[in-house]
Amino acid sequence: MRRSGELLLPVTLLALTASLVAAPLSAQSGAVPRTAAGHPDMNGIWQALGNAHWDIEPHTARPALAMQPGPVIPVPADEVLSLGAVASVPSGYGVVEGGEIPYTPEALATRDENRAEWLERDPEIKCYLPGVPRATYMPFPFQIFQSDQRVAIAYEYAAAVRDIYLEDPGEAQVDSWMGQSFGRWEGDTFVVRVDGFNGESWLDRAGNFTGYGTTITERYTMLGPDHIMYEAEVQNPETFTRPWTIRMPLYRNIDPNARLGQFKCVEFVEELLYGEFRKHPIRRGGGR
Amino acid sequence: MIDDRSPRVIGASARAVVTLFAAAALVMAAAPEYAFAQARASLPRLADGTPDLQGNWSNGTMTPIVRPAGVGPVLTPEQVEALEQGRQDFISEDYLDSDPDRGAPPAGGELTGDPIFDAATGGTGGYNQFFVDAGDNIAVYNGEYRSSLIVHPADGRRPAYSAFGEERLAERLAFNRQFNEYDNPENRPLAERCIMSFGSNGGPPMLPNYFYNNNYTIVQTPDHIMIMTEMVHDTRIIRMGEPRRLPEHIRPWMGDSWGHWSGDTLVIETTNLHPEQVLMGMSNATFYPSEKIRVIERLTRVDESTINYEFTIQDPIFTDEIRGEVPFNRLDGLLYEYACHEGNYALENVLRGARAEEARERNENVPERR
Repeated sequence: MRRSGELLLPVTLLALTASLVAAPLSAQSGAVPRTAAGHPDMNGIWQALGNAHWDIEPHTARPALAMQPGPVIPVPADEVLSLGAVASVPSGYGVVEGGEIPYTPEALATRDENRAEWLERDPEIKCYLPGVPRATYMPFPFQIFQSDQRVAIAYEYAAAVRDIYLEDPGEAQVDSWMGQSFGRWEGDTFVVRVDGFNGESWLDRAGNFTGYGTTITERYTMLGPDHIMYEAEVQNPETFTRPWTIRMPLYRNIDPNARLGQFKCVEFVEELLYGEFRKHPIRRGGGR
Repeated sequence: MIDDRSPRVIGASARAVVTLFAAAALVMAAAPEYAFAQARASLPRLADGTPDLQGNWSNGTMTPIVRPAGVGPVLTPEQVEALEQGRQDFISEDYLDSDPDRGAPPAGGELTGDPIFDAATGGTGGYNQFFVDAGDNIAVYNGEYRSSLIVHPADGRRPAYSAFGEERLAERLAFNRQFNEYDNPENRPLAERCIMSFGSNGGPPMLPNYFYNNNYTIVQTPDHIMIMTEMVHDTRIIRMGEPRRLPEHIRPWMGDSWGHWSGDTLVIETTNLHPEQVLMGMSNATFYPSEKIRVIERLTRVDESTINYEFTIQDPIFTDEIRGEVPFNRLDGLLYEYACHEGNYALENVLRGARAEEARERNENVPERR
């Protein structure tokens, strides 16, 4: 499966380049808004559609992320049972080029542990910063602020924010959740190198991760006024056998009244994180 | 158009101009008198002609929000030199190696006399100057050395509460009295919970916290101004144009902000602040805004390295409005990610400590506190 995927890769790339990038650009380039300096103008509110935030690999729908053994087949774990179908995982055909993430055997074992320990380990459950590229396809919008001097992205989820430096700041001085971003234009594609990650963030709710020492190379290419093709190449030889890429379109929210909501979420997880330390805990005998 | 200048306020401005001229003779001898006008003419501008406010900025300063007793609104160069030297001495002293033979500090720590540093457990070694970047200079605004950031009321202090304000305060205090301060996470300050910065860096108004990270990044487009606050990575998104206000019950932490250009000044008007928001923190003017609060901010780039930031707070909890002036100075450096919540061991341990204390008081099997 993986082998055939690799063989298909150049063909797929070629096809994508032809069908998604070159053709729409030639057909619609007049429709791409531009800044005063002539770069594609990405200002606006964007969002990914689909189910990559559940699992970036192809997956069938399943009852829940947290499961427990049942008499016949596994059933949803107690912690999520009362949510019923709201906690069920919708299917997705994946955003990973080639279908599967090329983990090393050790990293794959960690991913599987992450998946089994989802409730304990997923940073999203604790409202931690999402990292890159996860921030892009969280089920929340984000807003790009772009002038010819500066670019920043504010994400609704967790009030995450990135200042994308347009001059190379050199090696990141400290590790961080969102990494250090350096962006430059390659023709009409905005290419952002992101590194300096602390290695704690995940890629989705299915335990996929990148590990410490990761470099992400994002490519934002406007296909028209309301669509961006987003790619993120993931490199980390400690975790993966080769660099690999996710790709998905981003959609502009064209509602003239659209605006980012506020979802700090820190205040929403206090009971989960600190409830047991109340003077009078609400839950009795329940752990985290 | 927003008109926040009542006749009374214009009168105050006129008096301020007189004060400025008087002070100019003392403190601006070296500054060419045409400097401001000339600087404004050559201000960096965007393609749409608006002044370029973009970049990294800091409002860190030694000048407190509230004017200390016994000083006028403008300090003399001699006063400034003494204050700034005092700060440098304090910092140098803190950088000295500790005496390896010293004993344990007294309970509560060795107080340094700097109330904010002491409150942040500097006296017990919680923070030292390595971590602190409180602002080492007195604020210079329009060439004046300022003794407080509040410029109105004229005494530089928070105005008295109105009857409405007293009522609100009494309600809040009555609510708070149901709890002890360490009972629940919700009883702790917003900063300790990593919800908002201590002080009110995000605001509005955006004020220094007198401790660290008083840094901002501004990105400007014709439709939006984004102001990213380093503390707790709070990001304000200011929409330009005719306000289309959020419904009354939707109250983001930093409110609903709309901006427009008035000449070369960016004017931002904010309503819909969160009911639990706290403003003018790290000062003895701290207050909980009412749902009726309106904050007007004016940002004017006056030269290559300075934005003049004015704010007006109108809230019927007070008998008067509050106006302030704060210089934002260009920051030649990058902002860090302040991932507060992700590393918040303090909140858990503060609560755990309180529970341990209670257990000890119940004579349970908990080691005696030393």
